[in-house]
Amino acid sequence: MLLNQFLLLAAALFCIGVYGVLVRKNAILVLMSVELILNAVNINLVAFGSLTDDVGGEVFALFTIAVAAAEVGIGLAIVLLMYRNRRSIDLSEADLMKG
Amino acid sequence: MNSLLATALPFVTEGPSEVSSVTNDASWFLENAWIIPLLPAVSFLLILFFGKRMPKKGAEFGIAAVGIAFVLAVLTGFSWLDHRDNFDGPLAESPSVTADDGHHDDDADHSDDVDHSDEADHSDEEALGVAVIDQDGTSSSDTVVLTVEAEGEGGGEHAYVAVQKSTQWLQSGGIEFNAGILVDGLSVMMLFVVTLISLLVHIYSTDYVSGDRRYTHYFAFLSLFTASMLFFVLSDNILQMIVGWELVGVCSFALIGHWWEEKPNSDAALKAFLTNRVGDVGLLVGMITLFFAAGGGQTFDTLAINNAINQGTVGHTALVVAAAALMAAVMSKSGQFILHTWLPDAMAGPTPVSALIHAATMVVAGIYMVARLYPVFFEGMQIGGSSINLLSTVGAITLVFAGLLAFVQTDIKKVLAYSTVSQLGYMAMALGVGAWTAAVFHLFTHAFFKANLFLGSGSVAHAVHSFDMKKSMGGMKKFMPRTYITFIIGSIALAGLPPLAGFWSKDEILVGTGGWGLFGGTGGNGAYTFHLLMGMVGAALTAAYMTRCIYLTFHGEYRGNDAHDDDHAHADDDDAHAHHGDPHESGPRILWPLYILSGFSILVGFLNLPKGLTGVPDSWQLRFEHFIEPAGASYFPAIAHGAPSWSLAIVSTAIALAGIGGAYWYYFVKVDGLAKQTGQHLTELPNGFVTTNKLARTGHKVLVEKYYLDHLYTGVIAGFTKGPLARATYWVNQNIIDGFINTTGETAVKVGRGVYDKIDQGVIEGVVNGSGKVSDATGEELRHINTGKVQNYAAILFAGAAVLAGAFIIALAL
Repeated sequence: MLLNQFLLLAAALFCIGVYGVLVRKNAILVLMSVELILNAVNINLVAFGSLTDDVGGEVFALFTIAVAAAEVGIGLAIVLLMYRNRRSIDLSEADLMKG
Repeated sequence: MNSLLATALPFVTEGPSEVSSVTNDASWFLENAWIIPLLPAVSFLLILFFGKRMPKKGAEFGIAAVGIAFVLAVLTGFSWLDHRDNFDGPLAESPSVTADDGHHDDDADHSDDVDHSDEADHSDEEALGVAVIDQDGTSSSDTVVLTVEAEGEGGGEHAYVAVQKSTQWLQSGGIEFNAGILVDGLSVMMLFVVTLISLLVHIYSTDYVSGDRRYTHYFAFLSLFTASMLFFVLSDNILQMIVGWELVGVCSFALIGHWWEEKPNSDAALKAFLTNRVGDVGLLVGMITLFFAAGGGQTFDTLAINNAINQGTVGHTALVVAAAALMAAVMSKSGQFILHTWLPDAMAGPTPVSALIHAATMVVAGIYMVARLYPVFFEGMQIGGSSINLLSTVGAITLVFAGLLAFVQTDIKKVLAYSTVSQLGYMAMALGVGAWTAAVFHLFTHAFFKANLFLGSGSVAHAVHSFDMKKSMGGMKKFMPRTYITFIIGSIALAGLPPLAGFWSKDEILVGTGGWGLFGGTGGNGAYTFHLLMGMVGAALTAAYMTRCIYLTFHGEYRGNDAHDDDHAHADDDDAHAHHGDPHESGPRILWPLYILSGFSILVGFLNLPKGLTGVPDSWQLRFEHFIEPAGASYFPAIAHGAPSWSLAIVSTAIALAGIGGAYWYYFVKVDGLAKQTGQHLTELPNGFVTTNKLARTGHKVLVEKYYLDHLYTGVIAGFTKGPLARATYWVNQNIIDGFINTTGETAVKVGRGVYDKIDQGVIEGVVNGSGKVSDATGEELRHINTGKVQNYAAILFAGAAVLAGAFIIALAL
């Protein structure tokens, strides 16, 4: 099995995710980018799991998926509240915590 | 075997016997006394979870649980009476930590063919965890069953055998931690007192705190309080005692601060808790010392520790340390001078709680602890062989000083609070002079009349919505005749007039001091003449301040209407009682506990009629002592008993009467007469010696300021520790060296305030401002990074992660 290909795929996904998180102004898209990052990690977990013939990798990936679902739920709720209050989900405008 | 039997004779005075004084095979009630604390504990949880949904808001759980516990306690008491006189079942091996004794007993038993065949019984005993611990630290549960042959004086006199049931809780590092119960006369008595007072307080509370905003919560803690105290008195090891002790402290904290919305109340709760923490440190140190010195670092068992001390295998220095450390715990918990200051403040709690704290639970815990671990104090403080020691002296000072303080209080509950402190001083003094039974008996009688007085004062306060005797009471006799009668009974019992309860116990304490050599009363454990004198002075003071309290509360003219004090303690808005008009008698749920307690206040003194009282059959004399005091038991020191004396009884009664007479003359004759003459509402003479005499005025001021102890604690001690030590040293430099002459002229208060100011100022100037400036400057620089934009943060985060990852790779490559 070609581990490198999986790792490269994961790295690419990860970079795309990070780029999205850092650059996109739309909160939803940022959340989606976070999902990309998490899935990049999942790919790594599964890949290494099957390389070492250890079911732990898959198990871990499943856990990640479950946690990610919860995270998205909370994230979307925050975005929704933000929209209700500000009529906008532009992250560059959300700087109430500015010091 | 012969030697064992010889030492098993009861009432040996030359030394404690080596044979066990403990069994784990007694009647059902004695073996299962653990149910008694369990019931209120369960009730606590039930009230907590379901209380609000119940028709009576949870009070029914508490009353039912404590009621059943009371019935069980009474039955346990009867079982104990039977057990004490008739027990001849198998004894358990005395818990012991010395290897030699254990082996010796083993050998003796093997050769003498003691009942070893009963294997079932044998394994049963093993499960109970009464173990002989060998020198190498391994514990062998080789329990030996001996058969007691009834022997002794007077035919059919049985040895004092405590009942212990314990089970292993956990084992760690070769040390067994057991949980169990120890039932003997002392704990049975405490069970009875705690459950009875608690039951009456529960019933009383249903009326007294009705409509309170935290009614359910109140009953939950009342149950937990009761459960903690019962747990404490049944403990069979010192670890369990610490747990019970702390639980009692927490519950008192919660109940004193029941109306925490008002700042003084939560302050009082905190003060009670923190003052007790001071003593708790002593408790821990003392118990740890005992564990290593007397328990051999292997057992926490109370009996084992007491046995070891009685056998003389424990070093004297360790015992002195342990006794002194435990003394600190007693001083804080049982309100001994100088750590008593929390007790009067604890009056901020609801009155039934005060009754419970002062009569049955909290404050007697310290006295109980001394009584339970008596060998520690007896040996450590050399009670048997000296004429002065820490425990008795602290008790004697407490009893007089607190009695004096009671004179200047205007709050009826504070009078009673100082009275409690004073009476606790009696108990501590009695324990200190070796009059163990007298102390425990006084604890017993005091519980009833003090609960009676507290609940009585609550009844009055319930009617006038205030505790202030001078402003809102007076003349209550005609509004509340029934409360008045019960209050009078309680006061007479407290003042120690025959034949009410207080007389017998107080007289026994005075006898126990052994200082009355004049007319034939013989000494107990040495001639404690100073303590006898203090006891006499205390008797006069007690009688006098109770007379003052009765006059101010019940006699004279009602003062409540002209300056009504709406700021009463329980300021519930939906109070059913009208705030105007004359006060009226309380309802049956308040009165019946008062009647019952008055009955006990009259009668319980007869339980321990002195030996040799003419006209009383022998079988009625010293019943309490016979059933409660573990005389001759291996875990109890051989104490001597003073012989009662008619002359002492007459003199002490005369002194109490003189106290009453003096106060009567001042209040009922002079003050009342002048009030009638001038038509004013008077509580003191306008030109009495306190206002005219300079010395008396100073004394009065010192009393009003409570000997400046609060100033000492909050001003000086707390002020000192508030600042860092360096600041304190700096202050000493500045003020001791430069300002020595200036400060010597100032009073203690001013010194205290000075310390406070300096430290506070120093801290604010130096540390607070300095650190503030530093953080201000750094914050100013760092705030530019804090853009508030989440993506900037994420960028920094990823950058950091990338740097770390790079560092990781480089580290791997290297």
